[in-house]
Amino acid sequence: MTKNLRVKTSKFIDETYRISFKFNGKLYYGFKGDTLASALLANNVHLVGRSFKYHRPRGIMTAGSEEPNAIVQLHNNTSRTEPNVRATEIEIYEGLEASSQNCWPSVSFDIGGINNILSPLLPAGFYYKTFMWPASFWEKYEYFIRKSAGLGKSPTVPDPDIYEHRYIHCDVLVIGAGISGIMAAKTAAKNGLRTLLIEEKSYLGGSTIYQNSDHFKINNQTSGSWLEKEINEIKKIKNLEIKTRTSVAAYHGYNFLLARENLTDHLPIEKKENKTRHRLLKIRAKKVITATGSLERPLIFDNNDRPGILLSSAIKKYADLFGVSCGEKNIFFTNNDSAYETAISLIQKGINVKAIIDNREEIESKLIYEVEKNNVEVYKGYTVTNTFGYRRINKISIMQLSKDGQKVIGSKKELSCDCLGISGGWTPAVHLFTQSGGKLKFREEDQVFIPNTYSSDQLSVGACNGDFTIDLILSNVTKSLKHFFNLKHIEYENTEVLSSFNKSKRNIWLLPSDKILGKTKSFVDYQNDATAKDIKLALREGFKSIEHVKRYTTTGMGTDQGKLGNMHALGIISETAEAKMGELGTTTFRPPYTPLTFGTLVGRNVGEYFDIFRKTPIHEWHVENNAEFENVGQWKRAWYYPKNNEDMHQAVQRESKAARESVGILDASTLGKIDIQGTDASEFLNRVYTNAWSKLNIGKCRYGLMLNEDGMVYDDGVTTRLGENHYIMTTTTGGAANVLSKLEDYLQTEWPELDVYLTSVTDHFATVSVCGPNSKKIITNVIPDLDLSDKSFPHMSFKNAKIGNIHCRVMRISFTGEHSYEINVQANYGRSVWEKCMEAGKDFNITPYGTETMHLLRAEKGFIIVGQDTDATMTPIDLQMDWIVSKKKYDFIGKRSLYRSDTMREDRKQLVGLLTENPNEVLEEGAQIVADINKSPIEMLGHVTSSYFSPNLNKSIALGVVRGGKNMMGKKLIIPMEKKKINVIVTDPVFLDKENKRLNA
Amino acid sequence: MKNKYSFFSLVKNAFSYHENWEKAWKDPEPKKEYEVVIIGGGGHGLATAYYLAKKHKINNIAVVEKGWIGGGNTGRNTTIIRSNYLWDASAGLYDHALKIWEGLSQELNYNVMFSQRGVMNLAHNLQDVRDLKRRTHANRLNGIDAVYLNTEQVKKFCPIINTSPDIRYPVLGGTLQKRAGTARHDAVAWGYARGANEMGVDIIQNCEVKGIKRNGDCLEGIETTKGFIKTNKIGVVAAGHSSVIANMAGLKLPLESKPLQALVSEPVKPIIDTVVMSNAVHAYVSQSDKGELVIGAGTDDYVSYSQKGSHDIIEGTLNAILELYPIFSRMKMLRQWGGIVDICPDASPIISKTPIKGLYFNCGWGTGGFKATPGSGDLFAHTIANDEPHKLNAAFNLNRFVSGDLVDEHGAAAVAH
Amino acid sequence: MFLINCPFCGEREQSEFKAGGEAHIIRPKQPSELSDDQWAEYLFMRKNIKGVQFERWNHIHGCRKWFNIVRDTSNDEIKAVYKMGEKPPVG
Repeated sequence: MTKNLRVKTSKFIDETYRISFKFNGKLYYGFKGDTLASALLANNVHLVGRSFKYHRPRGIMTAGSEEPNAIVQLHNNTSRTEPNVRATEIEIYEGLEASSQNCWPSVSFDIGGINNILSPLLPAGFYYKTFMWPASFWEKYEYFIRKSAGLGKSPTVPDPDIYEHRYIHCDVLVIGAGISGIMAAKTAAKNGLRTLLIEEKSYLGGSTIYQNSDHFKINNQTSGSWLEKEINEIKKIKNLEIKTRTSVAAYHGYNFLLARENLTDHLPIEKKENKTRHRLLKIRAKKVITATGSLERPLIFDNNDRPGILLSSAIKKYADLFGVSCGEKNIFFTNNDSAYETAISLIQKGINVKAIIDNREEIESKLIYEVEKNNVEVYKGYTVTNTFGYRRINKISIMQLSKDGQKVIGSKKELSCDCLGISGGWTPAVHLFTQSGGKLKFREEDQVFIPNTYSSDQLSVGACNGDFTIDLILSNVTKSLKHFFNLKHIEYENTEVLSSFNKSKRNIWLLPSDKILGKTKSFVDYQNDATAKDIKLALREGFKSIEHVKRYTTTGMGTDQGKLGNMHALGIISETAEAKMGELGTTTFRPPYTPLTFGTLVGRNVGEYFDIFRKTPIHEWHVENNAEFENVGQWKRAWYYPKNNEDMHQAVQRESKAARESVGILDASTLGKIDIQGTDASEFLNRVYTNAWSKLNIGKCRYGLMLNEDGMVYDDGVTTRLGENHYIMTTTTGGAANVLSKLEDYLQTEWPELDVYLTSVTDHFATVSVCGPNSKKIITNVIPDLDLSDKSFPHMSFKNAKIGNIHCRVMRISFTGEHSYEINVQANYGRSVWEKCMEAGKDFNITPYGTETMHLLRAEKGFIIVGQDTDATMTPIDLQMDWIVSKKKYDFIGKRSLYRSDTMREDRKQLVGLLTENPNEVLEEGAQIVADINKSPIEMLGHVTSSYFSPNLNKSIALGVVRGGKNMMGKKLIIPMEKKKINVIVTDPVFLDKENKRLNA
Repeated sequence: MKNKYSFFSLVKNAFSYHENWEKAWKDPEPKKEYEVVIIGGGGHGLATAYYLAKKHKINNIAVVEKGWIGGGNTGRNTTIIRSNYLWDASAGLYDHALKIWEGLSQELNYNVMFSQRGVMNLAHNLQDVRDLKRRTHANRLNGIDAVYLNTEQVKKFCPIINTSPDIRYPVLGGTLQKRAGTARHDAVAWGYARGANEMGVDIIQNCEVKGIKRNGDCLEGIETTKGFIKTNKIGVVAAGHSSVIANMAGLKLPLESKPLQALVSEPVKPIIDTVVMSNAVHAYVSQSDKGELVIGAGTDDYVSYSQKGSHDIIEGTLNAILELYPIFSRMKMLRQWGGIVDICPDASPIISKTPIKGLYFNCGWGTGGFKATPGSGDLFAHTIANDEPHKLNAAFNLNRFVSGDLVDEHGAAAVAH
Repeated sequence: MFLINCPFCGEREQSEFKAGGEAHIIRPKQPSELSDDQWAEYLFMRKNIKGVQFERWNHIHGCRKWFNIVRDTSNDEIKAVYKMGEKPPVG
């Protein structure tokens, strides 16, 4: 089997640099510049994979990103493994290991191949019609279906590679560096525009760069050498950036494009380490020029999928660019002149071309003449009716076409071969154009869709615009560039072009056969094994639209997204349904153009960079003191501080007791803080809070509840009047950003007449909260000059103070019901103030406590936590906080909604306290509450929102919401758990110190 | 059913090279008049027509569809089916649907591939834990299978999730509904279409509604691109375009239509056998029978009918995916697409009569309508046939936005829909 | 992703902005005098136009200013941008 089919040195391949690689465990050699596909072909390996459904042997079919068959798994069972990599795209490197997919035990003998024999039972959509009996068995069928589907294998360990993102802004983006793209980029750049040229291949020049034929000349040079000079020129232009190995994945509105720059996939393994693998370019271009070229079409005939059948243009590329011959007995099958171009290339290199089968009848073409001159038999007006050979094509049969092209006539003839090049003409690559919102039109004469109207400032040029030959490219690209850039003169205006290409084509979407269609397998979508008869079946069953046919037959749903076969599917539909191609429309080309690695899309936002990590100025102290942390929004908050192997419960019990018996200290810096200034600040607060603010004296604090316009509680916090026109508002930790945003919204859009300014100062202050009967002693010690007498500094008031030279704001407010103070200090002094308090509290067993203890302490007092004791369905009345809703105020946000029929119901869910019959039983937060366990369906009255074991009351306490709970005091309710029921008594939510004596203790 | 599907019919047809299969549905021109016209040929609309014909014996029904059946959100969603909703009304609605799903392939004689592989919802902070526990308890009492899992149990059920305590938002637990799962979205539309067609429903594709003709408070018919169709009962199930149709009838709805995106990876061999959803680390993932990872992203915050969303949403979703499944970093996105979802302020649907007699709306399913398809069709058919809601959809009326009696799944349950 | 021409900062990426829904829905000056129906109309009912829509956007990661945009919701083309309080462009 192993042969060397490297026929002629190519200047694009470095034959001094030999590279070894493994395919299916076997060692092979190639050269620097080879793709895996070209290197395998040079070793005479065609059979590369198995198809999705029938497990038919498949070989390399193309030389680019449209490849449907030759997809492989790289580096199986390693951290760098990657499924479904196109052999035609991956450049070989030392150490590359690739293996075939979707086959077992091996690609040449695959048990799944039995599906090919069963194929009469597996037409399109067969699974919708069966596997329904017995009813409960689907998951069992599904198990086997899933196992046999899929292609490669997902990695199973994390990715060692690094990815990153880069934003690029440019005047002109040119996509594709073929001849049209080079002309466009040069024109843009020479006219002073900041230009970016992107090419998916590793080299510039597209298919023209290896065009070395006297039949295609520009200014009397072969088109390849002419283009080479152009490329050398553009490389010198300063305002032109060129990126190769970069493919544009998506073209969004407003000329926003995504491209993947491939930096290490072609490097030897050891050189990949610690380098960025891919860079996602996020490009905003003022203008975009699409020069994405065209894709050669296959032809649809019986058994058109065997290894050894390639696109004619791919064979040319393998020969001209890689110096590889795809076969030793080559036959071409075509409906246009392209196959002759390839044949001439092969003949030039001394590669055998046996015959050309051409759908067309007599045509005048210099290329045909040249081929015939070289004693190649040309069968005009013929078609291939079948092919033979299981793992590699070895024979074809051909017959003459009837005049209308619908039938075959005459006798069958067989020709042996080991490679068949096929060409069905060209399809413009309009994928990116349509992604951008551009609309296509259908060109009848050669049956192609070309760009019609643009949705943004952009232009399509060259083959992707339907100009397939260099004569048309030079004239049309020149004209449209001149117009696009509004130029008086453009250098390509007087270029002399010679093209021997005859543009005639005989387009037959589905070629006739001597067999009935039902007996043929003419593949339209190679990867998904969708055949022409599948498409006809779908139409017969009433699936008329192209989208239906696509979904029913899975045509175009493979990893190549139908780049080869979609047009044929459309053609067959149009012929069968007698509908016009132009009216059928195309299926949507969905981004990305070629599959894009998740890692590339995510870039550096992985692991610790997944999300912002907010920590308070005192955070490191908590870390040093063994705190456990809780995520609250983006903040890390100290949750509790275990000592001597305590568990959470033990730590919280100790912290809670300490705070009530002596003194506790809490880092409250995460609370949102909004600085409010302006002559209308009081009026503004009146409108946003439920209670009245006009009469709050300077130096006083007040608790406020904020509603949504629908009347439901949104946020809460204490606001302090710092001056006549100056307040500082606190919000919940998680709600800070939303509250600010909402306040700005009302201020700017509803009440622009108010003189109020809002500034977020959350990060500017650290807040140290000291609470407990000994808190006063701590504050006296830390701020000796401050008069802490109840008269001078009562509960709910504020004072400016100094700790040394450091200014601070001290509030006497309490979320625990204890006598407590909050010291607010500029953030970078936070830790030192905290430590001062700790030092001052030494003799009082000052105990740092976390959020869990804070929650417990406030629950003992029946204080709510918005978001825990409320969800978006609780009004202040439901919370039994009627006292905070001003009846006098004419309006505030959410007021009107409190007076709707449902919000006024007496039996809404209301906040209550719950005590378990067994005082040691702690309820589960989230547990549901019922009155009658025997009722069916069971009626849930509400649920437990907060629940703790209170060390200070020495019993379990809970808060909950209960339908009609306000009027249920003392009533017995039931918490039905999975394995038991727990009896509870409804109580007032305030469990401790109802008289608020401790506030002034 | 004259064209019954089974393994035997496949074998039989194999002998005639599958040349003799009949049309799954006809493609008729509209008649002059119908007793009921359903606007919108998605899963919900076709199911409505199916149940109107089957359970309510109405035999003169048309489904009019602007494009091709199942081409809207039915064919664009991530096919998640579950019923573990918090509120009684939602649980009732979605579990009604789930029960129909369980026998739907047999009912329709069309394999909709309902796969009860389980749906897991993850908790990433203490409030998530409370909310998920709350919902699990409610589900249990409502007779819906749901269990709360701790982190180890989450890992056991889906080993590829990164449950390390050191990640940015560690998995603290989760819920599992085992009866939940996925289905083949296209098959649902096609199966209902075939079933409805069999009972004489006219499925009229490429027929865009241009106007609704009223005489005072009575309906006279609809203007379409295929001419005027007389009817005095119209059921509108035009997800994405509900407001557009409502405006034709002079109604305003409490809806905003926003882009919702999804994506699939290239197909690979089985790697994840269940559906995992996370709200805080926002992403959902399952694997299709074909092998593609099916990943749901979030909505954009602006109104758009362009069926395109912003790239940031896709990127954010994949960030979340790699946070929870770092092994997927080298997997590749094959396709991404967008749909238009009608979102209600309380994230619950509307299946309701309207102030106009004979005009009914089924809309506002937001990002989670697929799972309800059979139940929604059944209840909407009931509402149209009786001019009264069924008790299971009574709460989903239009008046709740006036009274304030919302079914707030949005604000109350820490769960993505 | 759009490019939005903030009237205060100039052209910026959409990701810097937050959408605020339909514009020119004025908060009633005397909510208590509205019927439940009228209040619901203000609170929840939206035109949700397919076509040219007037809407509010906030440059939340920039100048934090709210302003208005005229956008065709069928293809996301932004037709005009104007400040709060300014008259919406006609036509």
